Amino acid sequence: MVAANRSTSKLMNEAISPHTDAIVKACWSCHGPVHVGILFCPTCKAVQGPAALDHFQRLGLKIHFKISHNVLDQVYFDLQRQLHPDRFAGKSPKEKALSQQQATALNDAYETLKDDLRRADYMVHLQGTEVLSEGCNLVSDQSILIEAMEMREHLTTIDTMLELNILSKKTKTETDAIVEQIAKAFESNAIETAGRLTTRLKYLHKMMDEIRHVRAKLLA
Amino acid sequence: MPQLLQIMEPGEASTSHPDETELAIGIDLGTTNSVVAISAKNTVEVLKDEDEKALVPSIVAYAPDGSAIVGELAKRLLLSRPDSVVSSIKRLMGRGIEDLKSLGGQLPFDVIPHDVGDSHLVRLNIAGRTLTPVEISADILRALQDRAQTHLRAVVKKAVITVPAYFDDAQRLATKDAARLAGLDVLRLVNEPTAAALAYGLDKGAEGLYVVYDLGGGTFDVSVLRLQKGVFQVLATGGDAALGGDDFDHAIADHFLSQRKIKLGEVHLSSAEVKVALMTGRLAKECLTHAEKGEWVLTAGEMPTQHTLTREEFENLIAPDVNRTVKICHEVLVDAGFDPADVKGVVMVGGSTRVPLVKNSVADYFGFDPLADIDPDQVVAVGAALQAEALTTGSDTLLLDVTPLSLGLETMGGLVEKVIARNTPIPVSKAQEFTTFKDGQSAMSIHVVQGERELVDQNRSLAKFNLNGIPPMAAGAAHIRVTFQVDADGLLTVSAAEDTSGIEQKVEVKPTYGLSEEEMTKMLYDSMANAQDDIQLRLLTEAKVEAERAMNAVTSALQADCHLLSVEEREAIGDKMDEVLQCIKGTDRSEINKAVENLDISTKAFAEKRMDMGIREALTGVSVAALDE
Repeated sequence: MVAANRSTSKLMNEAISPHTDAIVKACWSCHGPVHVGILFCPTCKAVQGPAALDHFQRLGLKIHFKISHNVLDQVYFDLQRQLHPDRFAGKSPKEKALSQQQATALNDAYETLKDDLRRADYMVHLQGTEVLSEGCNLVSDQSILIEAMEMREHLTTIDTMLELNILSKKTKTETDAIVEQIAKAFESNAIETAGRLTTRLKYLHKMMDEIRHVRAKLLA
Repeated sequence: MPQLLQIMEPGEASTSHPDETELAIGIDLGTTNSVVAISAKNTVEVLKDEDEKALVPSIVAYAPDGSAIVGELAKRLLLSRPDSVVSSIKRLMGRGIEDLKSLGGQLPFDVIPHDVGDSHLVRLNIAGRTLTPVEISADILRALQDRAQTHLRAVVKKAVITVPAYFDDAQRLATKDAARLAGLDVLRLVNEPTAAALAYGLDKGAEGLYVVYDLGGGTFDVSVLRLQKGVFQVLATGGDAALGGDDFDHAIADHFLSQRKIKLGEVHLSSAEVKVALMTGRLAKECLTHAEKGEWVLTAGEMPTQHTLTREEFENLIAPDVNRTVKICHEVLVDAGFDPADVKGVVMVGGSTRVPLVKNSVADYFGFDPLADIDPDQVVAVGAALQAEALTTGSDTLLLDVTPLSLGLETMGGLVEKVIARNTPIPVSKAQEFTTFKDGQSAMSIHVVQGERELVDQNRSLAKFNLNGIPPMAAGAAHIRVTFQVDADGLLTVSAAEDTSGIEQKVEVKPTYGLSEEEMTKMLYDSMANAQDDIQLRLLTEAKVEAERAMNAVTSALQADCHLLSVEEREAIGDKMDEVLQCIKGTDRSEINKAVENLDISTKAFAEKRMDMGIREALTGVSVAALDE
């Protein structure tokens, strides 16, 4: 855990306060000054490499769990419109490579933020607590584990579509409730609570996956 | 003083190359037919032959002197000289000998039954010559390029080529290699369903959730896309790279051959006779798309046999295949988190969607009639041409595609560790850390696979390589980071590094089913008398692009900050710029590179002054901000 925390805080430093290192670097193409994090050189317009930013910064969003999917899509599309390799088909190899790096970083940010679980996981990580992955013995909240096991046991006994749909609906309702609680936890800066709830959300997502498998089996 | 050049708008494309054409074509390289199209100002023209035919049959006949005949003429030779004619070669792209078994049925290929060198790539015996699918596909591409050049009366060197969305890395690479052999610069490999969506989206102004159902000759693809304001976002894709209209031909041929067996007893068929049977199967399929019943004569060997088939019998023969496509549709939709009710439209692509059972099954599943306003045989080429224009002249549309299959590494016990999940937007890069298993272990073998199954053997092997030179450490102490990178063409590159020692390993990845670089070079050399010229020309073009980039950069810098320079300093830089301009006009690559280098040196002091100024200004900004807090 110590190691994980250290690497997280390093990430934080790079991400949140780039000012400590350098605020200006030389453009690779015209060698003039470019503010770190700017996409195109203000002088020669050459595309720059991706800066060390967190996913929210990269998309120009505030760190906030509640996210509008419409806004997320729009900022992502706007940035891809400028940075996607398709915009650089006739350019020099260096520009093509940088555009690929930029587009890759954008995709990473978008994919992480658009999904509730991944976004929660990432935010907890960003704020210095690690979410425990499954199989880890350190689950402090025994009730999460017991609940998850009970749900799985219940799933194995199901053999009709009707029962499965009831369970699916229940899991869905619970997932929505947890997501709501996670949002509240982040709002009140209760990171540890958010972390615990995120672990629960992980189990619920797994449960939904398994329900999907059972549904496919019942259909076949 | 030399004229301080015309100063262009920064970032704008500059000097044009009068010797070089900017024409870029769109190519649909299909299993059964191929199509070439060109777009200008968003208006697409599908290029036709003298007989007004747009479709070029993807069939190649080899003359005794080795020259290739492609298209209609080759198709006509298929029955009379089946030994020297190849069809459906796309089914073998990026495939190994053992894969042929999974393609099922009797195959119309004369396969060389052993590996050549390290590569497991399939090789065919055609009229006594050994050819790879890459070379045969290159011949088809050359014919399409020729058609475009004749039509446009200009040299065409650039193309967007479409591939099935469900093509794996080896199949994509094989396609790109074929283009290279044909002397075509691939601007982008675009997924066929995405190209079709582009054609529909731009033409019909479609918005919302769309499904593209693409049943070609040898491949089945389904993509779920979200269309909005010029953005084509692929959300999920699925399919079967070995399922298509060819399978319908096979089903009919098998049916006829089993009837024949009842009449004549067991008769061994040569690959030429299989070709004839398949051709008969295809004729029957095409006929039963319109007619309710038909009668065919199968001429194989010395005993012709007569067969009748009704539409209903035909539909029973192909029902398992058609049901499979609908099942895949359902899985992809659910995978993306949707159900049929969310879908606003279904686009039908590929000649096989003309079969009534296919059309009806898709309509039944979605609950409405699919769109087929654009000719399903041409829609992919139309999309490819639109994208070719967008890439060369700029555009506001945006294609965002995904990886069709998960990418992973073999771990202990033959299990697969997934590194990149399927349906991840591309380009993407992901790293995974591994460690050593034994004390002092100095090498590690890395096996890259593609697919969704848990065991290595059930997935597709892409490449194997060894990571050597790991410094001696205790077991578990080394940190080996393997990075997977998928570019916008959907092509994978793998690199590996050992973290604790900081040694970055250059790894040579030998594709399991690809051509080695040496083999590729040799083929390039053999196939083009002017291969050397071609490579030189490419290098020259690259040098010119780079020179223009440098000129553009210095011009912009001068425009912004020339007050930092004395008149003499400005003149010195101007001289070097003149030199670059002179060299760009010529054809000597080393001269151009030298001039660019000199320009770079001459602007060093200028760059330092600009940086000093920039940092001073930035620091002023920070202290003001700090005061504000």
